[in-house]
Amino acid sequence: MTPLLVTAVPTRLVHLSPIDIVIVVFYFALVLSIGWYLKGRANTGEDFFMAGREMTAWVAGLSFLSANLGALELMGWAGSAYQYGILATHWYWIGAIPAMLFLALVMMPFYYISKTHSVPGYLKLRFGESSCALSAVSFAFMTVLMSGVNMFAMAKVMQIVLGWDINFSIWVSSLTVAIYVALGGLRSAIFNEVLQFFLIWAGALLIPILGLYEAGGWTNLKLQIAQRASEEYVHLWSGLGSFTTNPMGIHWTGIVFGLAAVLSMGYWTTDFLVVQRILAAKDIRSAEMAPIIGAAFKMAVPFIVILPGLIGLAVLPVKLVPESLATITGGHSYNDVLPLMLARYCGPGLLGLGVTALIAGFMSGMAGNVSAFTTVWTYDIYRPFINSKGSDHHYVNMGRWTTIIGVLVSVGTAYLVMQFASIMDYVQALFSFFIAPLFGTVVLGMLWKRATGPGGFWGLLCGTLCSISMWTWVKLDPSALRYVALSPYAKGLAQDMYQALWSFIVCVVVTVSVSLATKPIPDNQLTGLVYGLTEIPAVGDVPLYQKPLFWAAVVTVVFFVLNIIFW
Amino acid sequence: MISIWFFVGISLAVNGALILAAGIYQLVNPPVNPRVVLFHLHANVWWGAVLLVFGLIYCFKFAPGRQS
Repeated sequence: MTPLLVTAVPTRLVHLSPIDIVIVVFYFALVLSIGWYLKGRANTGEDFFMAGREMTAWVAGLSFLSANLGALELMGWAGSAYQYGILATHWYWIGAIPAMLFLALVMMPFYYISKTHSVPGYLKLRFGESSCALSAVSFAFMTVLMSGVNMFAMAKVMQIVLGWDINFSIWVSSLTVAIYVALGGLRSAIFNEVLQFFLIWAGALLIPILGLYEAGGWTNLKLQIAQRASEEYVHLWSGLGSFTTNPMGIHWTGIVFGLAAVLSMGYWTTDFLVVQRILAAKDIRSAEMAPIIGAAFKMAVPFIVILPGLIGLAVLPVKLVPESLATITGGHSYNDVLPLMLARYCGPGLLGLGVTALIAGFMSGMAGNVSAFTTVWTYDIYRPFINSKGSDHHYVNMGRWTTIIGVLVSVGTAYLVMQFASIMDYVQALFSFFIAPLFGTVVLGMLWKRATGPGGFWGLLCGTLCSISMWTWVKLDPSALRYVALSPYAKGLAQDMYQALWSFIVCVVVTVSVSLATKPIPDNQLTGLVYGLTEIPAVGDVPLYQKPLFWAAVVTVVFFVLNIIFW
Repeated sequence: MISIWFFVGISLAVNGALILAAGIYQLVNPPVNPRVVLFHLHANVWWGAVLLVFGLIYCFKFAPGRQS
């Protein structure tokens, strides 16, 4: 056992045995081995940045989901389930499934046919360089900063949960990601994300199984939650008729129009971090099937994230409190619920696997950020604006160095956040500014041939500025939330939903207005980019059970059934 | 090229074997005051075994020599 791995602080939640340490070390050895093995298969730009466009639907689909399944996501939403009850599931079901199916059936054919390397790359083809530059610079900047913020948050978690030194966590995890992505490019990131997907499930699945056993099944669990909290904690929709009848302080319009129609659409269809995995699919059918496979597994994720939070609400002997209160009282915060459940049920070996699942979640998210940043920097910023005459080999080398530099900037951001904690709030808010308007711009570009370059640029800019303005307004005057979210009873999460909705509307209105006032783009320049001017290739003469539309229908039916069961 | 599923198999099999071994050790030498609740279910024995079996199936099915 290495002494570095057991640098202790007295407040740790769990203690690892030697067998747990062996499991964690084996994980690091395996991901580095995969990167080393794949280094010889990342010699061309197509290989390094697009994984050779040869991923099967399953590999692309699981990687697509895994890039989103970060450790902070797992722990944060388990904490939200403890705090808000089953309402947190909306972020996994209506806040993800419709968007993933929309990506698969409507948007993916355009991304795939255009052979773009990135989402900003599509904007360049459709609207010109100004929209591409605005999107690429904001994405690259925010991605690397977000990576640093997540890195710091994860190191902090490792310090609290395991007592690990914060510097050790930051450097070991970030250098591991840097090495395997720089060696094998996107293919290495995708391979490791698939591996991490299995580890996350293997490490986390036991908690809800044992938790339900201890609680006496779902019916008894609901009764215990109703006694300890409220009956509204186990209903998805019945309390959303008013801002005051559910623990989240949100109205169903915010969930349906803000979260489902705009925010999740923006994230799942235009955030290059996740879309990049699908672009690596080997053919159009795989590219369409991948998000559908991702959606099917996404529907199951609440079983390992939300359910542990609900079980914690019922069985944990301690009462968890908000982070701010936990810091003062020395108690446990909502975010500690998943580690507490791990410690409750997992003995030697299982605990190591659970901790490995958390580390794997963090590293898959970070590898996603780094590989997406590398591609956007190289293809959408460096090549068009700095050096357009480099060879393919030159751009691959640029990609490798950008991976290293991106990780180092992330590490720098992590240390900056360590000094100025409030930066974390600002960076997370900044990232949300771009998502909703970008969706407006991309979806109008794909579905409306009359949208013009100036329309796309000004719509994206005005939508983003609208989002920033609303956020600043509420920051300066918290009572302004009543105007943004349309109710004096709205709480923090409602702001995100309505902020996204308004910025999307502003983006669409400005794009349409400016487009109608400017010269249309000739149809022949829009072939392969816009609905109605593009012949969508058929998925081939395959049986019904291999058609994306069939599986999208199956997922849709299951989605509705689940929502009705937990209404 | 070695399939990603082979690497998944290695990971599940090794982790499963380690967890199963730890579980069997605790089954033979049970602690006086078990730290975890539901200790009597010996989750690490059957969960380790499940992971080991799935891992071995993946390793066998996607072994480099068996691929075209």
